[in-house]
Amino acid sequence: MKLVKNAAGRLVPEKINGVKQVPFKGIGKYKPKGVKAKPSIRTCADYPENGNKIVKSLREALKKAGLKDGMTISTHHHLRNGDTLTNYLFDTIKSMGVKNIRWYPSASFPCHQHLIKYLDDGTIHHIEGSMNGPLGRYTSQGKMKGMGVLRSHGGRYQALQDGDVHVDIAVIAAPTADPFGNATGDRGPSACGLLGFALGDSEYADKVIAVTDNLVAFPCIPWQIQGNNVDYVVEIDSLGDPSKIVSGTTQVTKSPDRLLIAEYVAQFLEDSGIMKDGFSFQAGAGGTNLAFALYLKERMIKKGIKARFIRGGSTKYLVEMLEEGLTDYILDGQTFDLEGVRSMRENANHVNTSPFTSYNYHGKGNFASILDATVLGATEVDINFNANVVTHSDGYLLHGIGGWQNCLFGKCTILAIPSFRDRIPVIVDEVTTLVGPGDLIDVVITERGIAINPRRKDLLKAVKGSSLPIKPIKQIYDEVIELCGGVPAKPKVNKNKVVAAIKWVDGTVLDSVFQVEE
Amino acid sequence: MAIKKVSAGKRGDKVRSDCYFEIELKKSGGLKINLQSKVHSMYGDNIMTLIDKMCDFFGLKHANITCEDFGALPFTFMARFELAVKRLGLGEKKEYLPEMHKRNKYKSRYDRLRRSRLYLPGNEPKFYPNAGLHQPDGIILDLEDSVALTEKDAAQLLVRNALRAINFYGAERMVRINQLPKGLEDLKFVVPHNVHVILIPKCENGEQVKNVEREVEFIKEEFGVKNEVYFMPIIESALGVEHAYEIASASKFNCALAVGLEDYTADIGTARTNEGKESYVARSKVINAAKAAGIQAIDTVFSDVNDMEALRKSVLEAKGLGFEGKGCIHPRQVKVVHEALAPTEAEIEKSQKIVLAFEEAEAKGLGVVSLGSKMIDAPVVKRAHHVIDLALLNKQINQNWRQE
Repeated sequence: MKLVKNAAGRLVPEKINGVKQVPFKGIGKYKPKGVKAKPSIRTCADYPENGNKIVKSLREALKKAGLKDGMTISTHHHLRNGDTLTNYLFDTIKSMGVKNIRWYPSASFPCHQHLIKYLDDGTIHHIEGSMNGPLGRYTSQGKMKGMGVLRSHGGRYQALQDGDVHVDIAVIAAPTADPFGNATGDRGPSACGLLGFALGDSEYADKVIAVTDNLVAFPCIPWQIQGNNVDYVVEIDSLGDPSKIVSGTTQVTKSPDRLLIAEYVAQFLEDSGIMKDGFSFQAGAGGTNLAFALYLKERMIKKGIKARFIRGGSTKYLVEMLEEGLTDYILDGQTFDLEGVRSMRENANHVNTSPFTSYNYHGKGNFASILDATVLGATEVDINFNANVVTHSDGYLLHGIGGWQNCLFGKCTILAIPSFRDRIPVIVDEVTTLVGPGDLIDVVITERGIAINPRRKDLLKAVKGSSLPIKPIKQIYDEVIELCGGVPAKPKVNKNKVVAAIKWVDGTVLDSVFQVEE
Repeated sequence: MAIKKVSAGKRGDKVRSDCYFEIELKKSGGLKINLQSKVHSMYGDNIMTLIDKMCDFFGLKHANITCEDFGALPFTFMARFELAVKRLGLGEKKEYLPEMHKRNKYKSRYDRLRRSRLYLPGNEPKFYPNAGLHQPDGIILDLEDSVALTEKDAAQLLVRNALRAINFYGAERMVRINQLPKGLEDLKFVVPHNVHVILIPKCENGEQVKNVEREVEFIKEEFGVKNEVYFMPIIESALGVEHAYEIASASKFNCALAVGLEDYTADIGTARTNEGKESYVARSKVINAAKAAGIQAIDTVFSDVNDMEALRKSVLEAKGLGFEGKGCIHPRQVKVVHEALAPTEAEIEKSQKIVLAFEEAEAKGLGVVSLGSKMIDAPVVKRAHHVIDLALLNKQINQNWRQE
């Protein structure tokens, strides 16, 4: 396997699964020309005039869609760890004797370890999406037949538009749908909020199958997915386990150290002057993130400050801020709890968004860069502010990229992370896998102190005189290494075997994940 | 005769930042070490080297050693291994000590602020590294109630190692020993390692404090310890309350007198309420005894970690009674305690006037200080200085408040 060094100094494969690649050239440097990939022409004369596209089973729909060996099948992760449809889909594909599928999920979850047997028997050739938990371990062990590809949510849309990935059949889990194929995620027994991750596939895939466990008469309102893009509608008993799709209530972390980090984040936003009338921020659903939003809310109330918009992952805590008038809008990328789903259904100012509006590289701008502050996590950050979200320091692939890379384009990108976990340093000398270049990471907030990227002289100046423990990142690193008893050994990997490639938001190859030698 | 096979430490799915050792002594065959570690690829070699070194130190030549590691830091490894060795009945006089952290060599003062003291269970290493980051005035490594009877020996070693290896980030370094006489045996594990304050639980008379003092003096002498070790007796019984002044004045090293209400209310045969009527007399007696002996009065812990509002109220009430500090069992309580103990604006303003009047009188060489028509006595001035210091610490006023 031939590897080349890219602009970030990382060794990346020249080809992925036989296709020539562009190595990472630098942030905003790669601007392909020409025309975007286009969907094939569809003719309404080919579809039932009465609008009834129901077929009796998923098997039947796949057959009608022309499923055959080597096709690309896409699914989406809005059912999260409660998803049973994807497992059922591949059970069906297996029973049809079809092989070598390229699976193009927007993310995978531990529930998908069911699919390992299909990677083993050749039903699935490889995964382009995310390889979480057990699938990540499997990939790292070098067991997957093809090379995995990890993309951000925005990068997934870009890959469709660039033609890097052509989806043959998209299977969309629809918590509510009508026979025409209009679909929504904000209601039904498997309600998840929104279906934004499936939007691109509904437009670009050759065939689109909507699968629902809550069929309603036409029209399904709202139609987050337009039936005009859907070929077949399948009704099944259940899409998944509702308790794992969204949580009943989202719990704020109880860990005193995480709470301390969250408090520092809120104080940083206030002391730096970012928290001002009309500002915007992004908060996710990680324990630290939830807590930071609560602390920020206290500060906003105290100072009488109101945000213009908040980007979710929404939870009841963001919903409360919306309902208490602390923000004009929630622009939501996914919904994490029942309150979030309810609010999206009932409140016109709780708006569903998609990777196209929020993250897409081949758009005329996107929302991510408009945000005043973005608070994210990471598995590792190095002393040059480069960060990793996909592998752990032992070399194993464990997480997907999600919207993380795309969010780095916010005006102030903050990584809120513990400086170490048990004995595993999170602040390291060099990241195991480069997923976010340090140029885009402005602030690292840990329980041991806050490091501001020296490039951001404006931020350094803004927090001068603040009581926050601001220190160089190297100092936090030294403290952690001393505590853990020395610099950890690097993982033993096979440098000749790339098991997965990390794509940058523009489709270039940023880094490689190597096979771990056990 | 030595025991052949022992275990030490913790294992299981929920265990974090700890490790488990099993050592079986053999007559021959050398050392066989079987390591399973959560951080094997990162620190496996490091751990093996440490185990080798410790075997060498304790003269272990033939043994089967099994180690299950859940991300234990080196100071924990050392404590768990040494515990196993001691449980084998070996290395009685030997201590495998981690290096003293360079930032752990500071001293305390008998009159330093003791608004918050954060209890950490003595046998739970995962809480240690970050406790100081929450900025309590004091951190207590607890050898008493939080430690199971069968693990007292484990906690002694772990607390000793923590005193050396863990950065306390400037917090006062406290240890709660066991109830006497057992507590006297704890002292040799902490006194040589720059402990600042010994908490004496369930203290009932002055003689107990004197016993601790004698033992501490003996250990200081033996180990050449120069810094002062202070005592904070805790009164937790009806008898203790009756003897409060005797206890408070029993040693010149007493820096504070604390009250523990869980045990006290049980002792007088009632239940503890949030309102606290049942302990009003006891608390007042403890405060009065402490002040009479010229030391600080410290309130009990607040045990509902989820109710910060009730904690705030409880601290305000304690402050009103005359207490200067509160026990914390969760780091999130620290900030609330500090905020509640912060002087009010009115207190600050009054104290500023007193201090200014005092300084003016001093400058003029006047023997008597007066504010308006009122004479001001020395304790009032001292109290005013204390309020100003607290206000400065809390950033409620600037260093140059005199000019403002």
